[in-house]
Amino acid sequence: MASMEMYLPLIWAALIGVSVAMYIILDGFDLGIGVLFPFTKSETERDQMMRTIAPFWDGNETWLILGGVGLFVAFPRAYAAIMPALYIPVIVMLVALVFRGVAFEFRTVSRSKRGWSFSFALGSTIATFAQGVILGGLVQGIEVSNREFSGGPFDWATPFSFLCGVSLVAGYALLGTTWLHMKTDGEVAARAQRQAKYWLITVLFFMAAVSVYTPIAEPRIAARWFSLPNFYFLWPVPTITALVAFACWHWIERDREVPPFLASIALFMLGYIGLVISNYPYLVPPSLTIWDTAASASSQVFMLIGTLFLLPMVLGYIIFVYWLFRGKVREGESYH
Amino acid sequence: MDADPVLLARLQFAFTVVFHIIFPSFTIGLSAWLATLGGLWVYTGEERYQLLMRFWVKIFAVSFGMGVVSGIVLSYQFGTNWSRFSAFSGDVIGPLLGYEVLAAFFLEATFLGILLFGFSRVPPWLYTLSAAVVAFGTMSSAFWILAANSWMHTPVGYAVQNGVAVPVDWLQIIFNPSFPYRFAHMLNAAYLTTAFVVLGVGARFLLEGRHLSEGRTMLRMAIGLAVVLAPLQLFIGDQHGLNTLEHQPIKVAAMEGHWDGSKPADFHIFAWPDEKAGKNRFEISIPRGSSIILTHSLDGLIPGLLSVPPDQRPPVTIVFFAFRIMLALGFFMIAAALYGAFLWWRGTLFEARWFLRVVANTWWAGFVAVIAGWVVTESGRQPWLIYNVMRTADGISPVPGATVLGTLALFIVAYGIVFSFGIYYMNRLIKHGPDSGGHHDAPNFSGNPLAAAQPANREH
Repeated sequence: MASMEMYLPLIWAALIGVSVAMYIILDGFDLGIGVLFPFTKSETERDQMMRTIAPFWDGNETWLILGGVGLFVAFPRAYAAIMPALYIPVIVMLVALVFRGVAFEFRTVSRSKRGWSFSFALGSTIATFAQGVILGGLVQGIEVSNREFSGGPFDWATPFSFLCGVSLVAGYALLGTTWLHMKTDGEVAARAQRQAKYWLITVLFFMAAVSVYTPIAEPRIAARWFSLPNFYFLWPVPTITALVAFACWHWIERDREVPPFLASIALFMLGYIGLVISNYPYLVPPSLTIWDTAASASSQVFMLIGTLFLLPMVLGYIIFVYWLFRGKVREGESYH
Repeated sequence: MDADPVLLARLQFAFTVVFHIIFPSFTIGLSAWLATLGGLWVYTGEERYQLLMRFWVKIFAVSFGMGVVSGIVLSYQFGTNWSRFSAFSGDVIGPLLGYEVLAAFFLEATFLGILLFGFSRVPPWLYTLSAAVVAFGTMSSAFWILAANSWMHTPVGYAVQNGVAVPVDWLQIIFNPSFPYRFAHMLNAAYLTTAFVVLGVGARFLLEGRHLSEGRTMLRMAIGLAVVLAPLQLFIGDQHGLNTLEHQPIKVAAMEGHWDGSKPADFHIFAWPDEKAGKNRFEISIPRGSSIILTHSLDGLIPGLLSVPPDQRPPVTIVFFAFRIMLALGFFMIAAALYGAFLWWRGTLFEARWFLRVVANTWWAGFVAVIAGWVVTESGRQPWLIYNVMRTADGISPVPGATVLGTLALFIVAYGIVFSFGIYYMNRLIKHGPDSGGHHDAPNFSGNPLAAAQPANREH
């Protein structure tokens, strides 16, 4: 039993880590489309951009619910400490997602598309920025006493969390451009290819900024990365990041369609792994670990059994739908 | 500014949950309606079913979009506004919501993509199957969320260890005493709500003298469904009431406006409860009516509100009136369904203009009844968050009232905008009506994403 209580939280931390990664990848590119909306000339081109994500966005966003609910299921005490601490950015994100989500339908049935295009762009950008702020707010630590949030409503608002917010906007935009280049033809694809390079440079700049800022601001993270022997194991992370960034640039230049998208996902995952390494085993840094906040073994086992059956099924039919809508978007394909 | 965080957190949750419940109660029924149309289309090969299916898919898309986004808000509010409740009951409630996401949300969301955009990519049977899968997904979503909600009303199968509720028996937790009634009542309500929307739209088409064939089909199918479901709902509701009397007697006392438990209970058709004085100011009653309904006996006793101290009573006025609104609409729907069936039997359903006018203008009956029903059950649970286990005031987050007030205002503005546009667009889609046959022989609907947005006078 003791070992079960040791490993179950680890398994659950890994599962939640995977669903957050799935969310970042999947909703990342479709939020990125919204960030890119203002850089596009006409509503016709925006139609084309929207069609690349219309069949998928709803499923993509469901990973966000799974991340939140997964935390509630497996680590209820972490969920209960994090949400009040990040109350304002979480609610801002939710309201932004409301305006963005309804824009998919409203835009196609509205007489003038401009208003809902604006709503989609602004909603996507604000939701992305808020997600970055939430991440930054979590990494910089949450004030906890008696296992409950004990700080003020604006503790999250620091230069670091805003830096994370801007970084994520750039990151999702990069995913969006490489996705568009893969899924569209003509002018939209050509513009996406041009923009991809600028966004790649921007992303690298912000990754570097966050990587420098974090260890300076958080001594516990500096200790993790720059102490021996950790440093010997960890130096490949930034090195591989540099190589992937170089490859991404190269593939964009060569007009390859799929590899730049995969490379931008890889860049994201490397950044994500960096964050995980920096914070493990804390779920609510700097005080609560995954074991401190874990649900009872009975709850974790009950949910794990279902997850082992259902998650492969979920992945199966998601792959089916992506396969069904494979290739470039077709002109005029819609239910309207 | 003195902002009471408990009241504000409750208002925020009530507001976002009422806004949300509108859409599931429609999309649960509508997805089943789409699957039925698809089945008829595949089976008979008749074009009117396919036209109707495509028409309702557009309306489904708009309402599903609003349902999804407002649902995401709810899934995070457990943490933002009710963190102490989450910390206490996460071990029990969490997995139920987890199963909802894994077994239902992904199913709905993924196959929705095929339903909305896959018409030209998949064969009709797979298209129809996608509608059925979405319908199954929405239904299982209701299953899990109502299991969680019912547990908060009738908590069993758990033990408290280290100040936290720990699961002991999962079957007991899921199939807790009030769950079967709540689930049946809600599911039936969703199908009934949709039947009255379809009925209203069909009647509107006949009154306006357009889309006649589709209008008649909708009218017949909706009446056929409602004549079964509306009386059934009365029966399920009655059973649910008996269950509530057993487990939450004070909630029933509030619903009935019944103060003194030592006397047989009258059924108050109308009354004005005075919570401070502990009595009703004005009553129009059926003597011993509630005793007969609830105990099947003329002098059966029902616990009264005065049997518990005021701080354990729910807000009587709200519960009392919400219950009457739900009941009145329920009886209206039964009457409308039966009368419609009578007209159909006589062969004059499509000519009875005043009946058509009535149902065309009461398409909202199910929605208001659902909202009123939720107000009854949730306000009736007060002051408890988990009945007799955790008080609402003890479940909130350590967040200042001003923050909750600010975000509440944000939600009211945002939902107000979204809801107004949503209703406006749905109304326009209905005005436009199904695209009549022959306009598009190609499998690709219309080839023009703007088609639905054209002014309604395009084709008549």
